[in-house]
Amino acid sequence: MTSQLVATPLVPGRTAGPVLALAQPLSLWGGVDPASGLIVEPRHPDHGRCVAGHILAMPASRGSSSSSSVLAELLRCGLGPLGIVLGESDEILVVGAVVAHELYGVDCPVMLLGRDDYAIVATWRTATVDLDGTITRGAVRPTIS
Amino acid sequence: MTHIAEIELTDEQADGLSGRRGRGVQRAMRIIVALGRASDARRLIPVSRAHVDGVLYHGQASQDFVAWLTSADAHVAIPTTLNVASLDLLHPWLFRGGEAAATAGRRLVDGYLQLGCLPTMTCAPYQDEDRPGLGEDIAWAESNAIVFVNSVLGARTARYGDFSDVAAAIAGCVPYAGLHRPEARLAGLVVELDPDAVASMTDDSALGALGLVVGELAAGRVPAIVGLPADTTEDGLKALGAAAASSGSVAMFHAVGITPEAPDLETATGRAGEPARVRVDAAMLRRAQTSLATAPDGPIDAVALGTPHFSVSEFDRLRAVLGETPGPVQVEFSVSTSRAVLAQITRLGWLEDIETAGVTVVTDTCTYVSRILRDPGGITMTNSAKWAFYAPANLDAHVVYGSLRDCVESAMAGTVVRTRA
Repeated sequence: MTSQLVATPLVPGRTAGPVLALAQPLSLWGGVDPASGLIVEPRHPDHGRCVAGHILAMPASRGSSSSSSVLAELLRCGLGPLGIVLGESDEILVVGAVVAHELYGVDCPVMLLGRDDYAIVATWRTATVDLDGTITRGAVRPTIS
Repeated sequence: MTHIAEIELTDEQADGLSGRRGRGVQRAMRIIVALGRASDARRLIPVSRAHVDGVLYHGQASQDFVAWLTSADAHVAIPTTLNVASLDLLHPWLFRGGEAAATAGRRLVDGYLQLGCLPTMTCAPYQDEDRPGLGEDIAWAESNAIVFVNSVLGARTARYGDFSDVAAAIAGCVPYAGLHRPEARLAGLVVELDPDAVASMTDDSALGALGLVVGELAAGRVPAIVGLPADTTEDGLKALGAAAASSGSVAMFHAVGITPEAPDLETATGRAGEPARVRVDAAMLRRAQTSLATAPDGPIDAVALGTPHFSVSEFDRLRAVLGETPGPVQVEFSVSTSRAVLAQITRLGWLEDIETAGVTVVTDTCTYVSRILRDPGGITMTNSAKWAFYAPANLDAHVVYGSLRDCVESAMAGTVVRTRA
């Protein structure tokens, strides 16, 4: 079984932690409460779960162009995801992560996988993301190069 | 793994990134280049206008970002309009979110004005007479504005959002990616309306429901809708696009025979390959309408119209329906619009009629993102699929969805009235 994949680093960085794989795309704006990190969209299957402290895995992007701000605000408050793994590129989340880095020095790597590889990561409980885009099953400490 | 190629910059763009054109341009360019990497662009292209959504307050990060730009003496390089603010700047007493939030919302607007943005404060910048034209490359944010300008006006914008919108305005350029590329604008999905679906679309609520369905079916593709009546108005296309952007991130659709890049299906889809086809029937539209309701038909607390911002023609229709319906209004009735449209309906003498009937006109913001309604957690009826889609999470609102006429009749009755079976 595959336990290592290579993603395209849209926002390079390293992180490790539990994977929160969303069953459906989510608009952070309107979908996540920036004051708590909780998914508040009532129709979403992951309603009530918290994005904080997780590697957020999303099959595709969706919704409002204000999600960049919500991601930056979540990261400012320490309630943001550890990193984001996408099945499709999402410029809006990339910009939110880049701005949070510029303003607050917070790293939130954003990794792009193809749909098939995304489906594999979505089944993992924990994962480790490395600077070069390598995503490994299990929350091992990132190697310092 | 897909390899990301380096973006080739012109001398002017390279000077921007290196800081030779000032720290403000440099900061903006850093965001544009990151965006270019994310969208796998090879070069940056100039844009002629921008529309900025970052002016709605989402927390300290909103203010920190604009301060990061103003402190670097950044200034927009192209005409730049502003989306809605967190409060009604013309009627500040309508805001119920407290003094601290009002001050924060106002400060953020001031920051964007300092960057040289125009105080349009509307999510419907396409309702202005001076609007982008066919083939014009622009940088617009706000999902409903993006889908409208691409689909209905044929101008070209990718999906910009908070931060990237004003970065594009300051840098004056964007990655050549997404819907700036003609080939990305071709339809990848054909949505055929069944005759029974078209026959069931007898009022304005149907287009919002259709937009919701189209958004769910689109899955990243540009849909071409076949079978929409040729007399579908811009207001109708606005409602359709806003709903499709809400449910499925749709940034462009074609309405064959209606929108400028779809005189016929062949032009809309291009010659390469046969796109997937799906049919939409009346039952799917009915289900979509039903899915928007989070409360049963019964007593309501409020009616909210104008998401996206009400146009002059929508006010004309509201005025007519109000005139035909015995009043007075029994519930809070609020219509969101732009300050430009407010000025027009004031000049036309309509504002007085509308206000006398018991309607509050809200400008510069919108009732689904701002604390305007007396009881946001109550049951609100709307003709906007976008309002119905987002307000339950934003405001803890309970929603009933219906046509403009049903909204007016229900406001007069204090309870949901359905004028068609």
